[in-house]
Amino acid sequence: MEQVFFFYFAVVIAATSVLVVALRNPIYSTLALLIMFFHVAGLYVTLHAEFLAAVQIIVYAGAILVLYLFVVMLLNLKQDVRYHRQWPMAAAVGVILVIEAVVLTAMKGWTTPAVAAGTETAIAGAGNTEAIGDVLYTTYLFPFEVASVILLVAMIGAIILAKKDIGEREA
Amino acid sequence: MIPLSYYLILSGIMFLTGVIGVLLRRNIIIILLSVELMLNATNINFVAFSQYFHNVAGQVFVFFTLTVAAAEVAVGLAIIIALYRAKSTINIDEFQLLKW
Repeated sequence: MEQVFFFYFAVVIAATSVLVVALRNPIYSTLALLIMFFHVAGLYVTLHAEFLAAVQIIVYAGAILVLYLFVVMLLNLKQDVRYHRQWPMAAAVGVILVIEAVVLTAMKGWTTPAVAAGTETAIAGAGNTEAIGDVLYTTYLFPFEVASVILLVAMIGAIILAKKDIGEREA
Repeated sequence: MIPLSYYLILSGIMFLTGVIGVLLRRNIIIILLSVELMLNATNINFVAFSQYFHNVAGQVFVFFTLTVAAAEVAVGLAIIIALYRAKSTINIDEFQLLKW
């Protein structure tokens, strides 16, 4: 049963990620990415990361994707030539990366490493959200604050970049 | 129980697709979407390892990746709008001011 769910999610994720790159119309690419985000959230549920699954749907599918769709429809693009002029280079790099991935997988085999001792945190008793909150607000408190600064900088930067004539109004 | 390597292969496929999309497409929006693909591939890796090692720190890192992705989208789309305003196109072949 677990395997069935995993392979369903994996196949859909792989197929839609290829569609994102291959489709000609940006709106269809964005919608393929939306389907992919939902299936990644499903994969998180099978990995017992329920909180991240909810956040994935709310933030990625709810906020980021809507922003993309908004810009795609705002710019009202004509369908353009699909691929870049440098596509032989891209194909060469892609083939090299695929070969590297296959070779590495074949070399390491299918064995999984042993769990390092002492890295386990007790998350059995508490729920997933509780465990994440516990770690986030104790061990990772400083990165959490830095993340909020990053969001502030992004907000100010986006406003300034998208504003038409800051400082030269009525000129 | 699904072996860890299955998740790694899935995220490898996603990451490769993202890299090829960045190199291949000429539409800036599709390039940003490919970057999102790569970020999601790393997130799957983080969550798979978090489950495998029973350590919740991986999921916290996914949280930070999400923050960075949101910031990247906001700034990236603002840049795209500014570029479109300047040149009325988002084909990256048209933007070659810094190329030599």
